[in-house]
Parts: sequence; C-alpha cells; structure tokens
Amino acid sequence: MAKVLMKGNEALGEAAIRAGCRYFFGYPITPQNEIPQYLAKRLPEVGGVFLQAESEIAAINMVYGAAGSGARVMTSSSSPGISLKQEGITYIAGAELPCVIVNMQRGGPGLGSIQPAQSDYFQAVKGGGHGDYKLLVLAPATIQEMVDMMGKAFDLADEYRNPVMILGDGILGQMMEGVEFPAEETALTLAEKPWATTGAKGRKPNLINSLFLDPVELEQHNHHLQRKYDRMAKEVLWENYRTDDAEVVLVGYGSSARIAKAAVDLARAHGIKAGLFRPITLFPFPKAALQEACKQANHVLTVEMSMGQLVEDVRYNLEFKVPVHFYGRSGGMVPTTRAVLEEIIRWAHSGEEDKA
Amino acid sequence: MITVFERPKALTAVKTHYCPGCTHGIIHRLVAEVIDELGVQEETIGVSPVGCAVLAYNYFDVDMQEAAHGRAPAVATGIKRVHPDKVVFTYQGDGDLASIGTAEIVHAAARSEKITTIFVNNATYGMTGGQMAPTTLVGQVSTTSPRGRDSAIQGYPIRVSEMLATIEGAVYIARVSVHNPQEVAKAKKAIKTAFELQIAGRGFTLVEILSTCPTNWGYSPKDALKWLVDNMIPIYPLGVKKTLEEGKS
Repeated sequence: MAKVLMKGNEALGEAAIRAGCRYFFGYPITPQNEIPQYLAKRLPEVGGVFLQAESEIAAINMVYGAAGSGARVMTSSSSPGISLKQEGITYIAGAELPCVIVNMQRGGPGLGSIQPAQSDYFQAVKGGGHGDYKLLVLAPATIQEMVDMMGKAFDLADEYRNPVMILGDGILGQMMEGVEFPAEETALTLAEKPWATTGAKGRKPNLINSLFLDPVELEQHNHHLQRKYDRMAKEVLWENYRTDDAEVVLVGYGSSARIAKAAVDLARAHGIKAGLFRPITLFPFPKAALQEACKQANHVLTVEMSMGQLVEDVRYNLEFKVPVHFYGRSGGMVPTTRAVLEEIIRWAHSGEEDKA
Repeated sequence: MITVFERPKALTAVKTHYCPGCTHGIIHRLVAEVIDELGVQEETIGVSPVGCAVLAYNYFDVDMQEAAHGRAPAVATGIKRVHPDKVVFTYQGDGDLASIGTAEIVHAAARSEKITTIFVNNATYGMTGGQMAPTTLVGQVSTTSPRGRDSAIQGYPIRVSEMLATIEGAVYIARVSVHNPQEVAKAKKAIKTAFELQIAGRGFTLVEILSTCPTNWGYSPKDALKWLVDNMIPIYPLGVKKTLEEGKS
C-alpha cells in the first residue's frame, strides 16, 4: 500500500481499526480530538461502536465493562483527562483486563495548556493510580511508528491481560507525516478470552473483580501481578543512534528524541562523539540496552519536555555510574536543536581543564 | 414430598453477609426469581456496586462484574454495547447511585442504555457505618449528621425516580417497597416489567426499592419497617413514575 499523508491522531485511529479494535469510549479534550472524531466516522463502517461518554471517568469504566466482556477496546485522552481516568485504570489493572489507553500529553499541572508536553512520564510508568500496578508503556516517535505499534499494543494487552498505554504528545497527535498502513484484509487471530463475562451458557459464571477482602488473598494477588510485570521485561524495545563510540549519550523518547537526534548529527559535525539512546518501551525500561549504549559515555543527557522526569529513571538504570544531566522545556515549550547542541558541547568539553 | 418454596436458581447457595433484618436479601431474591422466570440466567450479566451490595457477585449465580463506586451504569454500558443480546443489570445503593454516581446514572438514562438498574434506597451509607446519604431525610440522624440532617447546612434528599422520569431516554421508572408481602409482590412485578422492557429493546429501566437498615438506623428489624412506612414513603412516594405502557402512570 502506498504512503498517505495523515495527521497523527487520525492515523492512530485508523491503525486501531486495522488492529481489530471495535469499541471506543472517550470524551473530548485537546490535543487528541481527532482520534474520537475519526473513530466516530470509521467504527460504524466496520461494525464497531463509538460512544462519547459523559466524562473521562465514565469512558474508562465503559472500557472496563467492554474489556471484561471480551472486546478489543480503546480509549484516548490528554493529560488532565488521563488523570481523571486513573481510578478506572487501577481497577482495570487490578481486574487484569486488556485494553489500550492513548495519552497525547499536554502541558500541566492543572488545566495547564493545550500545547505538547511529556510531563506525565511518572504517572504513566509508575502506575498512576492507587495500589501496586504497572502499565505497559509504549512511546512512539513518528506517526509511522505509532501506526506500526497499535497491533502490538493490543496483542500485548491480550497476552498479559494488562492495560497498555501509548504515551504520545501533542506534536505526534497534531503533525502530519507520510504513513503506510498494514493491509486491511489481514486476517487477525484474536486471543480467546474464556474468562470474559459473555453470559454463563454451559459454564460456571465468570467474575470481573479487583476486590479481595482477605489480606492473604490480596497479597497473593499482588505477587501474581508482580510476577507478570517481571515477565514483561522481555518486551523491551529501544533505538540506538550513533551510540557505538559516543562519549556524550543523549536519552529521550517520543518527539524529544527526534530533536535530540538532529542535535546528535550537528554535534558530530562539530567533531563531538555524540549519540542517542531512545527507549521505545518506557515500562518495561530497557535497562541493559541503556547501559550498553552508555559504555563509552563520559556524560549522559536526557532531553525532555518536562521539568525532569525521565532523568530519574536514567540515573537509576545506569546505577549512578555515569553523570546524568537533564535538559528540558515545559508548559508546551519545545526544546530547540540548537539549545540541545549547546548542552552537548558544554558536557563534551567539561573536565578538559582538569586534563590539561 | 412437594416442594413449595426453594432457592431461585439465579441465587448461589451462599450465606449472605447482610445484617439481620436488612431487606437486601428480599431484593436479591426478587431479582433472582425474575431471572429464573424469564429463563435468562445464562444470558444475564450483572454489575455489583461499591456499598453494602459490593459482594452481590457472590450471591447472583450469573456472570458478574464488580464496578468502581458509582460507575456501575458506565460499566454496564460497556458490557451491553459489546453484548446487545444479553440481559444486563446493575444493583446499586443510594450513596453509589445518587451521590458519587449521579453523572453515570443520568447519562445512562439519557442514552437510553438497554439495561435495568436495581436502585436500593435505605437513606444511609450502610457499609461504611451509617453516614449521611444523598437520600437521608431532613432531620434524620446519621454518623455525619449527628444532630439530624439540617437542610440549611446539608440540603435536601434527592428523589431519584422523579428526577430520572423527566429524561426522555428512561422508559420505565418505578419506586416500590418491600416492607410487607403485598408490596413485595408489587416490587417483583416492577422488576419483571423492567427486565421485560429491556429484553424487548425498549430502553433504560430503573426500579427504586425502599429498603431498611436496622443496624445503622438503630431500630429492631420490625421497627425499621415501621420507620420506613412512616418516614420514607411520605418523602419517597411509591408508584410507577414513568412507563411506555398505555394506561399506566
């Protein structure tokens, strides 16, 4: 199939349909409105259901009901709306239901702005709501990658019976790029869901639940969940860019990583051995790959659209063996390649006086 | 030997956790009898709330989902949209439905979701220890209105059935009680009508059932029934508030 020029949010909607998603429950919020708008038009054409809920809270609980009934189901929102969904997300994680949640992040805190940001990193990778749980978090950097990721997102959700978050941002949602879709006629083999509530015909009733009044049982449930999160470690994805001999390694995800990549090329033109490590899964975090990419590094620099969130996990995963610095813009401001380059030059030359 | 009375098939053989004299047990039984009579036990998916009926999933012998507080109508919406051929009901108390879950119930009615809500109104938060509910009567003492609900400070009780009856998408709204055998029979008839209208694909149906809470009201089971008749029914008048059927109102 030939490439088409498409807006990120709409491409994501089409990719969800190609991945077999037939149910969408959402609530309007900028900058992700093109996802529900696209699906409102497209889902009925493929026999699916689009429903605009009365709130994000209702939408995520509709996802709970539909996922518990065996459907391939999705919701999308942006930062303040994702905060509202946290209650439902922890119930979904507790009841072990598969679904995909898209967050096209915008600036915060509070009502913040409608401009792109990456300041929901902590919320996405550390759980987000109450209790011990994790989401699988995927962070695309291009519209093509976002499209290619949707099938995997739904498959991972089914395999682990766990919510999967696509952590995008307002840039990825709003920009247009050429994109190629998987063939529409691809016969999808969807996972059997014998645990779902479908009417107890000829079997014992099924129960979708996250309540365990007996503390012994709840602790066992938490151990069961933890073993599942540990198993997810094998799903790590990342990209290395010119890291083989890099002495300054940049780390960034999503839109920030694209800016960082351009800054790496500029730095190389200045004779600085710079590289980029881009985590594609944010949970699980590609720890071993990050350590490998930073083997030669004297300095590591995270590039983020936040006040410094990813930087904490990079320090932790490098086990504090390499100095890890942070450069970020926030509130809807986007780092410029030039500003990132200046940071690279600063760290590349730091310590030279000592050597002299 | 002739069996004249037995457990409905749609109820499990599990002892409930409800307090002595609480009327949840009667209401569970009525719902189960209706499921049996309509022959839909294998077609039914129930949603239990947060509150006294949180463990309803242990008592109804059908597929069940346990919802977050107040969100049962949203969960039921998700279920019904995936399985439009199944019978879907929510079982909710007054704190769950009329306080934290007002948006969900109002919009489920507005969308005319083809579900049935069993709304149990006992004018208190039973599970958490008798706090003031959205349906607590003016003057009624609760653990968070220890001097009695003062309308100047705590406002007025919500009449859910009358409010929902104003919504076009609601096709059957009735308030019933289970304080004596005649009213129990009427309550069962209302629940059956609601399920039948759902199965016929007509739209949103809700039966509000006045219920006692002897433990938190501080009355014996018998006195609690009398308190319900004397105090709740004047504020929450019984009857069908809305129906599509001709000649009834």
